[in-house]
Amino acid sequence: MRGLNSVLNIELKNHLVKMFPVRGFTVEENRGILVIQADASDLVNLMNFLKTDPLCDFNVLIDLTAVDYLHKRTQDKRFDVVYMLWSTATMQRIRVKVTVAEGLEVPTVSGIWKGANWPEREVFDLFGIVFSGHPVMERIVMPENFRGHPLRKDFPLEGRGEEYLIESIMIHPPDSGSGSK
Amino acid sequence: MTGIYSEDKRSGHNTPADYSVNLKNLMEGARHLPGGVMRINIGPSHPATHGILQNIIDLDGETVLKAVPVIGFVHRTFEKMAESYTYNQFLNCTDRMNYVSAPMNNIAWTNAVEEMMGLTIPPRAQVVRTIINELSRITDHIICNGVLGVDVGAYTGLFYLYHYRELITNIQEKMTGARLTTTFTRVGGLEMDIYDGFADDVKEIIRSFPKILKDFEGLFIHNRIFIDRTKGVGAIDTATALSYGYTGPNLRATGYDYDVRKAYPYLVYDQVDFDIPVGVDGSAYDRFLVRNEEMHQSLRIIEQLIDNIPDGPFQLDDYHITLPPKMDVYTKMEELIYHFKIIMDGVIVPEGEFYSAAEVANGEIGFHIVSDGGKSPYRVHVRRPCFWYYQSFPELVEGGMLSDLIAVMSSLNVIAGELDG
Repeated sequence: MRGLNSVLNIELKNHLVKMFPVRGFTVEENRGILVIQADASDLVNLMNFLKTDPLCDFNVLIDLTAVDYLHKRTQDKRFDVVYMLWSTATMQRIRVKVTVAEGLEVPTVSGIWKGANWPEREVFDLFGIVFSGHPVMERIVMPENFRGHPLRKDFPLEGRGEEYLIESIMIHPPDSGSGSK
Repeated sequence: MTGIYSEDKRSGHNTPADYSVNLKNLMEGARHLPGGVMRINIGPSHPATHGILQNIIDLDGETVLKAVPVIGFVHRTFEKMAESYTYNQFLNCTDRMNYVSAPMNNIAWTNAVEEMMGLTIPPRAQVVRTIINELSRITDHIICNGVLGVDVGAYTGLFYLYHYRELITNIQEKMTGARLTTTFTRVGGLEMDIYDGFADDVKEIIRSFPKILKDFEGLFIHNRIFIDRTKGVGAIDTATALSYGYTGPNLRATGYDYDVRKAYPYLVYDQVDFDIPVGVDGSAYDRFLVRNEEMHQSLRIIEQLIDNIPDGPFQLDDYHITLPPKMDVYTKMEELIYHFKIIMDGVIVPEGEFYSAAEVANGEIGFHIVSDGGKSPYRVHVRRPCFWYYQSFPELVEGGMLSDLIAVMSSLNVIAGELDG
């Protein structure tokens, strides 16, 4: 993004490295934006710190998503959950990344920002990453009884298609493998 | 293709039995509501929703006790499609997100890709993009404000404004051949140059629209009935709005002046004069006023640019990025090869992760692109402004009247295509 302050980035980087001397915590600059890599267990602490610390003051969660690195990384580092924070005081942005293996949970940040509620549900819906402590960890954009998580890299681009509808499944549970295109 | 659907390959993918079936529960729950409480559906297909989205509402008389938004009826998983498309092909998907102002999404997407590639497009393309961007903002706000009037019982306003939306749609049609899904830009510039008489068509709008807009304001701003229906309705304060990830006119209506065009300038927004209107209490009335004033500001931006469209190429002169002229493709071998390469392989975006934001009619649209250097993005995530602010809907309407709920939904400008992605 244009308009980010690189001097402030260096200051923030030194500050963050000093405040979080834990394993698995790295900060680096990538294309003008600071990228924090953190452990899932530190996430809530880190987010609270980023939100309330007077120098950071990243008071808004502006984006939340995930990326599936199947076949690009080892299984235990399959997903990245990516948070984008924004400071209304300094106009600075920062990206926080948490790497998780399939089946592991990430603590929710919906207690810190109300707006994290739906995006976390969306990530669960499309990637199958469960956010622990989330008030309603249910599907949001796909039908409740949809099978699979479409944005995973092993989900096929073409599949059962239109016949895979809520109504037909409620009456006749699908038998495996049949009806594919 | 059996893929993950066969039983043995399903590990890690949740099965239907793992989820509570929400709809069934809601229906069951309705039988056990306390006396006097009624559960109603607004939507998925209902005139007041202006799109396919559902609200399940518990009513005590006319008071809303509880509202549960159900979304996903227009979900097309564009983010999955992007992973098999080239960067230019994904433009077609951005058209269909906010279909009320499609060119804005086109511009935001190509800006993001160009920024990631480190390209600077020719000045002519930048100015034309800015003009079209502002014209589209006007079309979007016409729909939102006009329809807010319709929803609270005032039909006339929409018809006052709709003629101008038609004029702008005509310009889009002359530019691109399409009225709604314009696919107006390309990575590296525009699809084609502006037509002769473009400036005259735009000037005609600048000349006559402000007067009609004033008439429109006269119908609403001091209208006792309209004020009673919207003032203080669905109000939200700045801190809560920011916590929900509000951006755009809905955030500005709460009194906070965040606008991507000023905060992180792109195109030629740093060279033009315009103000950011803000409201006071973030209610439906303030959202209406902010959108109205933004139309004036958009006209002001266009006015500064329309006489100064620079001459020169409308796209980059680099055939690794843009298509060569058709005549050369037919007559020269190398141009034919370039043409083939761009159509089949697309543009090459460097490896890495990138986020780019732009101000569309509803707020900040963000494209989070992960590229592995291939012809398609490895992952695209679209931050849809609607998706973020619509989750505050229950908080805005609970405790109010059913008729206020309709006004709140209209004034938030929830576009189903953008909401579901």
